[in-house]
Amino acid sequence: MSGTFVGMPGFHPHGLPAFPEAAREAVRDTTLRGNLRHATHTIRAKRARAVAEVADWAELREAGKRIKDHTLRHLDHYLVRLEESVTAAGGTVHWAADAEEANRIVTRLVKETGESEVVKVKSMATQETGLNEALEAEGIRAYETDLAELIVQLGKDRPSHILVPAIHRNRGEIRDVFRTEMGAWGRPAPEGLTDTPAELAEAARLHLREKFLRAKVGVSGANFMIAETGTLVVVESEGNGRMCLTLPETLISVVGIEKTVPTWRDLEVFLQTLPRSSTAERMNPYTSTWTGTTDGDGPRVFHLVLLDNGRTDTLADEVGRQALRCIRCSACLNVCPVYERAGGHAYGSVYPGPIGAILSPQLRGTGSEIDASLPYASSLCGACYEVCPVAIDIPEVLVHLRERVVQGGPAVRGGNKVVLKPAKGHAAERAAMRAARWAFGRPGALRTGQRLASRTRRLHPRTLPGPGRAWTGSRDLPPVPAEPFRDWWQRTQGGDGGIGGIGGKGAVK
Amino acid sequence: MRVALFLTCVNDTLYPDTGRAVVKLLTRLGVEVDFPLAQTCCGQAHYNTGYRHGAEPLARHFSDVFRDYEAIVTPSGSCGAMVRELYPRMGERARAEGRGDTLAAALAPVVPKTYELTEFLVDVLGVTDVGASYPHTVTYHPTCHGLRALGLGDRPLRLLRAVEGLELVELPGAEECCGFGGTFALKNADVSAAMGADKVRNAESTGAEVLCAADNSCLMHIGGTMTRLRTGMRPVHIAEILASTEEEPAR
Repeated sequence: MSGTFVGMPGFHPHGLPAFPEAAREAVRDTTLRGNLRHATHTIRAKRARAVAEVADWAELREAGKRIKDHTLRHLDHYLVRLEESVTAAGGTVHWAADAEEANRIVTRLVKETGESEVVKVKSMATQETGLNEALEAEGIRAYETDLAELIVQLGKDRPSHILVPAIHRNRGEIRDVFRTEMGAWGRPAPEGLTDTPAELAEAARLHLREKFLRAKVGVSGANFMIAETGTLVVVESEGNGRMCLTLPETLISVVGIEKTVPTWRDLEVFLQTLPRSSTAERMNPYTSTWTGTTDGDGPRVFHLVLLDNGRTDTLADEVGRQALRCIRCSACLNVCPVYERAGGHAYGSVYPGPIGAILSPQLRGTGSEIDASLPYASSLCGACYEVCPVAIDIPEVLVHLRERVVQGGPAVRGGNKVVLKPAKGHAAERAAMRAARWAFGRPGALRTGQRLASRTRRLHPRTLPGPGRAWTGSRDLPPVPAEPFRDWWQRTQGGDGGIGGIGGKGAVK
Repeated sequence: MRVALFLTCVNDTLYPDTGRAVVKLLTRLGVEVDFPLAQTCCGQAHYNTGYRHGAEPLARHFSDVFRDYEAIVTPSGSCGAMVRELYPRMGERARAEGRGDTLAAALAPVVPKTYELTEFLVDVLGVTDVGASYPHTVTYHPTCHGLRALGLGDRPLRLLRAVEGLELVELPGAEECCGFGGTFALKNADVSAAMGADKVRNAESTGAEVLCAADNSCLMHIGGTMTRLRTGMRPVHIAEILASTEEEPAR
């Protein structure tokens, strides 16, 4: 299997700290906590209002789930259909098994145009492959044109949210980035730039305008690919996407294979659920669709790079495959109490939050410390599942992946069936679980333990050493009662109490 | 009516008062309560930490102990959700692993007749006024598995509103997780503590004396944070409030 590189500097999973360590830093960052609290609570409330307006939301959610499940079930068929449609409409289709192959294809295509710069529409797929860095290494400069991606790129930062990659930054920080960095990339920020949203937006607009007008090559992803017609769809709010999709002579779109939908009609569902779930808008301001090439209108050359990069492996997992239904709306991030406090960088991937916690360990495998820790980066509160517009049961997949981490077992990696070994570092936990199972299998043993705890209760310390500190570092221990309930019951109500149950000394079969 | 009390291992060991309160409450409402001594643990901690196969014998044991009762009542939304939502899933997974229907069949009888306490009171007994008295200001935190997996809705609130002398105040951000999450509290202690601190801050802002919930595991985390922060608030399980009367008041 070839390695899969998850693009942005520092996002290569090996060598990244596990989630709890990364989150420990984030939790102590008061600016970050404030920024995230404000941003997530605002969008959370707006989304709830936008969704509540739709009387048939539950039906739309179910329809979106079914369309995606059907497409994934027959993905082999629909991808071939898509290729035929795109080719018939004048586009060229390329197949990329992994990130490196996708980057290689795009680099070659750009070089063939003779250009040394590209403008980019916000795209998760090219973040995932680390395309910007791959292009940079070949002397090609990629300009991000989405406002938040621009902030991240200028600030030499990493994205921390799928939809609003600079969510961890406040207005003052953005002004500082614009002031100090814009000049090096093109038109500098206007003199005396303040942190008012209108001024910041205008500075970005002026800076980006010269890029749009000069660029000969555009690079995008896509929200949907329609198999029957070969049409690609990008939904956005700022209009930068429309610029990049129409002005350049060559357009290269890198899209994950799971973005396929069978027909135009399927958009009816997603164009309702996606904007309301993501930006809480009834309809996003710009919806661009293009089908191959058209003489005298838009790019003259169109390339579609279909990206696998772990998706087929994910599709092979009966429980985990539902993650491929994701339409990247970010509702799960915005509602997640863990994301709100740990921030996006702690997830060590371009896909942070609950969806990232189930997507990264599947696309990349659970071999690195960060990927093995991501399935545990959740209290399983279920808020993510509740808001997901395609009903991905994220808690179910998290628990399934926890199983893969601690037990190992069958999986598909790089297209091959493998048997994964249990991850390291769970030996003590495994032993504790085994001991607990033993005691819980024997009510007598459980009672002995409970009585021991009760009789020694005055000796119990208020704080624990070693791993117990994880609890007592921030919380007091509950006092242990004088006797467990079962002793009280036996004293006062008497008897075994079973009516056909098994006796108190019985062991688990 | 004769029901089995599935108290849960945490309550049995650490919160016997909650168990006594359930017995007192149900007895007052004319229900005959049995506590099968062979009960231990539903297996949730194993299951949710990734040890599904380790949870299977505990689930089988649970079913052996409780299958012949008319109804199984538990003062825990989380453990109730384990039986109702996850036992069927364990059966399905075993089937998918080529182990046939044995596990699914063994667990099936207990699934539909397991009720969380407030569900049992409102849906099965059809009561919201349980004749309780509790002259304190209370705020209610809906714990996640009760709220989202079982869909308890406003049942706990309807029960609390009918309690004599109880002043119910709304908890800001009520539906946000408190940060307990079972082994999450240990594996991600920093994020868990941050969530707990925010929950306690919201609870304090209500001015209530008592934070009430239907899950002692969550209350152990919230309460441990409260005493560490010296807030002066106390966590109380809803069963203890509903069992409280003028003659025998709860703390």
